[in-house]
Amino acid sequence: MKKLLFLLLLLAAPALAAPVEDTFSDPGMEARARNLQRQLRCLVCQGESIDESRAPLAGELRHLVRQQMAEGRSDQQIEDYLKDRYGNFILMKPPLQPDTVFLWAAPFLVLIVAAGVAIFVVGKARKADIPPDLL
Amino acid sequence: MTGELGQLALCFALALSLVMALSGFLGAGTKAVSPAARGIVHGAAMGMLVFVALAFGTLTYAFVTSDFSIAVVANNSHTLKPLVYKISGVWGNHEGSMVLWVLVLSLYAGLVSALGRGGERLTSAALGVQGLLAAAFLLFILFTSNPFLRLDPAPFEGAGLNPLLQDPGLAMHPPMLYAGYVGLSASFSYAAAALIVGEDAQTIWARAARPFMLIAWIALTCGIALGSWWAYYELGWGGFWFWDPVENASLMPWLIATALLHSALATEKSGAFRTWSLLLAIGGFSMSLIGTFLVRSGVLSSVHAFASDPARGFFIMVLIFCAIGGALGLFAWRAPTLKGGAAFDTQSRETMLLLNNVFLVASCACVFVGTLYPLALDAFGGDKISVGPPYYAATFAPIFFALLLLEPLGPQLNWRRGDVKAALRTLMPALGLAAIAALSVLVIASPRFVTGAGAFAVAGWLIGASVIDLLKRKGARASAFAAALAHAGLGVTLMGVAGTTLWRSEALNVMGPGETMTVGPYTLRFDGVTQEQGPNYRASRAHLALMDGSQVKAVLTPEQRIYPAEGQDMADTAIRTNGFEDLYLALGDDRGNGRWTVRAYVSPLAPFIWLGGLVMALGGILSLWGRLRLKASLPAAAAQAAE
Repeated sequence: MKKLLFLLLLLAAPALAAPVEDTFSDPGMEARARNLQRQLRCLVCQGESIDESRAPLAGELRHLVRQQMAEGRSDQQIEDYLKDRYGNFILMKPPLQPDTVFLWAAPFLVLIVAAGVAIFVVGKARKADIPPDLL
Repeated sequence: MTGELGQLALCFALALSLVMALSGFLGAGTKAVSPAARGIVHGAAMGMLVFVALAFGTLTYAFVTSDFSIAVVANNSHTLKPLVYKISGVWGNHEGSMVLWVLVLSLYAGLVSALGRGGERLTSAALGVQGLLAAAFLLFILFTSNPFLRLDPAPFEGAGLNPLLQDPGLAMHPPMLYAGYVGLSASFSYAAAALIVGEDAQTIWARAARPFMLIAWIALTCGIALGSWWAYYELGWGGFWFWDPVENASLMPWLIATALLHSALATEKSGAFRTWSLLLAIGGFSMSLIGTFLVRSGVLSSVHAFASDPARGFFIMVLIFCAIGGALGLFAWRAPTLKGGAAFDTQSRETMLLLNNVFLVASCACVFVGTLYPLALDAFGGDKISVGPPYYAATFAPIFFALLLLEPLGPQLNWRRGDVKAALRTLMPALGLAAIAALSVLVIASPRFVTGAGAFAVAGWLIGASVIDLLKRKGARASAFAAALAHAGLGVTLMGVAGTTLWRSEALNVMGPGETMTVGPYTLRFDGVTQEQGPNYRASRAHLALMDGSQVKAVLTPEQRIYPAEGQDMADTAIRTNGFEDLYLALGDDRGNGRWTVRAYVSPLAPFIWLGGLVMALGGILSLWGRLRLKASLPAAAAQAAE
């Protein structure tokens, strides 16, 4: 816990030293940038996106994202560019690839299996007679 | 001297925990627990509590008196720290937090011994299991995490406590969370005891363990809410939940504990889901243990950090393996001897509780996989991936949403045979409220979000159904309102989450004295920064006047603090709330010439997030209160039922 909090602190401390952000005057572009920033992980942080983090690296990445947007690149192109540079670790949403199939499927597999068990249990409980004095 | 006293107390506690385990199991093995065996096991439970409390007290004394000859104190305290943070520093580090862990475990053992429901054999076996758990964790402390190790020579001054931890919210957070985490050990022990004792106890245990489930659930609910609130006001960007592994570690036991509360209710009231409730009780505490492993082993900061100092992680891993494996082995061996479940119709309260469990277990599976899969992938040399909010939005959210949609139906259906159509008729006004909520969100709120309308529809459905339920039970005992209250709390939290996530507005400005900025409907005037001296920090305090025309309505003072002892700085936010909306300010860096960066957020409905948590906890407290009042008549009834 302490180590973790210390890490958190490392992120929070320089927080307020990040350069003042460039913002798009076009609200549509700004919203797009914010959305994109939320999809990208701050690489040195504990689970924060570059949108939330105020680590210097996150500030640089925000700047990069906005620069590329200004050059007219699409969200996909920007994500791909960053992925090539930093690997899948930078994507907040893990990509679907052979070694993440289980990650994406597991919740729904559990849901299906649990639902199957539930149907079986209810089926069995229905067949049993309810003692009249308990109704 | 104090350090040696504490260490000796831990050794005595270890001996007593073993006595407790041995006498507990021996007592449970006999047909009727002899008075001698009973005396020994209860005496050992109380004795262990006394000695663990003594060890904890000794450590606290060392912190309060700044005894830097003890390594843990030297590494985590400082003479200038305010008293309250000297005390909270006890659990602000690995070693001390494990002592707190064992203290809470001992407290629950003492409670089990004092309440002693469900017959002597069950209690005796439950105390036996609790004794084993305590022994394992005491060994862990003594061999890998001894808080009483000395430093020679003792340093003149301590290294101080991480300033992030020097906060009232975080001072209270670990004890609250541990009361929940470790509280699940009592349900675990009762479930294991029921398996040991066998047929006599197969439904009684659910009743005997219920107060403990409730206490643990209430504490977990409060602990999670407190943690999220702390993250909100302390981390300075207005967020309240990161899906961070440490948060997930507390959410998983909560999800399973919630499932257990519902399943065990069916076990108790109609005898249904007997084996399943046992499994959930084992699963809930297993989640606590896994959470402890995640947080304590260092595996989170990096899989490789774990490998560099594996002693602690390895010990906990073996401990988890023995506890979970042992319980599941016991389950596999004994569960087939338990009688099959009860009879009920497709349309019944039981079916709804079963569905509740299906969705809760699936949502826990999301969190579990999302937290552990990246670690496992990395450990086995695979790709390094991140599992962030978009993953949970795609998996956890729809599953939990389905749970919330079905939730109001449950309390309206009778046990064994209910009528869904009649229930829906009763709930018509709630459906109306849901429609009104969705429509008004679409009309009033801007920008428009379909998800927002959906969230408010569900919140209206939950709260409306709870009100109907409350009215239906008018005049009943207070505890009859518990479920309605807890369910309404969920609706309140949902509104807060949706409001804050979807409609938050923010502004970031560099401001000089006299300049103004606007955020949402608010206008703020920057009146400069003053230097202040705190007990163990220096602060740059900004003064921002909240304007109403040319009138000053209020002054907000966000700070930037520097903690020289720890060599760290951090921000202290200023939040002004009207109960429906937060104005949230954080001070940034000095830009020279009296100009500073100021970050401002307006978070609509943010207070509802934690208000909902409080309402949920209040529901739990009502239920617990009803249970404890029932106590007087219980032992006789339980004994009778066990015959």
